[in-house]
Amino acid sequence: MKFFRSLFQQIYSFSNKTLVLAELEMRKLRHDPTELLTRAVQPALWLLVFGQVFTRVRAIPTGNLPYLDFMTPGILAQSVLFIAIFYGISIIWEKDLGVVHKFLVSPTPRAALVLGKALSAGVRGLAQGLIVVVIALLLGVHLNFNLLSLLGVALAVVLGSALFSTFSLIIACIVKTRERFMGLGQVLTMPLFFASNAIYPISIMPSWLQVVSHLNPLTYEVDILRQLMLVGGTGTYQIGFDLGVLAAITIILVLIGAVMYPKVI
Amino acid sequence: MKIIETRDLTRRFGELLAVNRLSLTIDEGEIFGLLGPNGAGKTTTIKILTTLLPPTSGQAMVAGFDVRHQAARVRKMIGYVPQLISADGTLTGYENLMIFARLYDVPRQEREERVRQALRYMGLEEVADKLVRHYSGGMIRRLEIAQSMLHHPRVLFLDEPTIGLDPAARRTVWEHIINLRQQFGTTIFLTTHLMDEADELCSRVAIMHLGQMAALGSPQELKTAVGRGEEVTLDDVFIHYTGNELDNGGNFRDISRTRRVARRLG
Ligand SMILES: Nc1ncnc2c1ncn2[C@@H]1O[C@H](COP(=O)(O)OP(=O)(O)OP(=O)(O)O)[C@@H](O)[C@H]1O
Ligand SMILES: [Mg+2]
Repeated sequence: MKFFRSLFQQIYSFSNKTLVLAELEMRKLRHDPTELLTRAVQPALWLLVFGQVFTRVRAIPTGNLPYLDFMTPGILAQSVLFIAIFYGISIIWEKDLGVVHKFLVSPTPRAALVLGKALSAGVRGLAQGLIVVVIALLLGVHLNFNLLSLLGVALAVVLGSALFSTFSLIIACIVKTRERFMGLGQVLTMPLFFASNAIYPISIMPSWLQVVSHLNPLTYEVDILRQLMLVGGTGTYQIGFDLGVLAAITIILVLIGAVMYPKVI
Repeated sequence: MKIIETRDLTRRFGELLAVNRLSLTIDEGEIFGLLGPNGAGKTTTIKILTTLLPPTSGQAMVAGFDVRHQAARVRKMIGYVPQLISADGTLTGYENLMIFARLYDVPRQEREERVRQALRYMGLEEVADKLVRHYSGGMIRRLEIAQSMLHHPRVLFLDEPTIGLDPAARRTVWEHIINLRQQFGTTIFLTTHLMDEADELCSRVAIMHLGQMAALGSPQELKTAVGRGEEVTLDDVFIHYTGNELDNGGNFRDISRTRRVARRLG
């Protein structure tokens, strides 16, 4: 009995502390929402320019979906990816001040700190996702507003953000300076984006790229989104499988992050 | 029991011996000052004692727990204000405190009251709901000390608590430090470059030089020892032990860090 009570207490304390950090991010967004608007520009351009042009060209086989519809989940995933992959810079910034030090000296499990950061990125990702959805609606994309599907979309966005932001945190803990981090971030985003099913189906890729795409977590995120967001959307895998892949990678990364995070100082 | 006890505490960064066989004991309720030129190893010592850095060799016990093997227990017992700015400028003062009340397991029923109390105690009630970005340097420091005290720690580590503050703000921080000790019996371990600060606050000081302890005692004892009958200040004591007239301590990294903090706070 005593064992279970103490176990329960630890789990409660762990999740409480994780949630504090995510809540903190929400408060920051509320204090300064202007940043969200500037972030809306890039996905808007992709959908408007790239989407409209390629819808006309009909160069990419998308089944019976208009190309704009097909690429919308991909662009959502991409813009969430960009935010997450640069999220690690906040850790470097916090390290150059004394913020990380204070978190690390508090009696908070390292994994809770890292998971909290991951969920914070999830909060940002959700805000970004909402913006992309609004843009897509304005452009006449046929979105699916089934409540359960929306929940699934939100879950995929949070998981994807958590995954890539934790990856980013680990890199930040290794490179330690802003300059090196920015360079690496830029090197990473494009391959992650293009070697995925975000804006074209995997089936049209050369076979080596197909292999890479299957190793790319973004592919699984887009696969969920494409099935849930669109009216008549289809995917490659079962949604449960996609979610499982994302969750498993996230957990592994959080565990690695928990070891790396204290080394950032 | 000694509240802090180190034995041959050593930390290397590659070839550099940042802390070299430091042995110290500190009694509960002391205000202990660690002095020394830039790069002497003061911050590194604090980082080891607060579990941020593992020692390369030697031992350190804080509140009865080993900093290396019982880090989680140590963390519950201590509060820490880093040398650099550690309050979050994009949140309000109230929010900054609330986060740490939760991270330090202050029970839910008590949180609100503790946070309010801390704000009142540090004279920050009026600005509680303003973003910390708009605070003055002195207000930020007071907020940071408030954050580190929410869970009533047994030992409080303050790394250059008054760096970059004007004389009036400095005095206010001093008063709060003295109050904390009187009211809660908190042991305070601080570092400083200011000899008058050490003289005013500390029951004992250690002077560190190139990672090693060069002198240890109450300010009065050190003055007597160095002065040999003549009237000397703690400045003279400092120069005597560190030979620091020629400004030999501190590389670019140390200085640029210090300046950056001073600029942000000022
Ligand atoms: N992470 C690190 N990696 C390499 N060297 C370090 C690191 N941290 C500190 N040092 C070096 O260790 C020495 C002691 O640094 P420390 O920050 O403890 O000095 P300090 O006494 O606090 O100085 P200051 O008065 O400038 O704050 C310095 O030479 C510093 O450059
Ligand atoms: Mg220092």
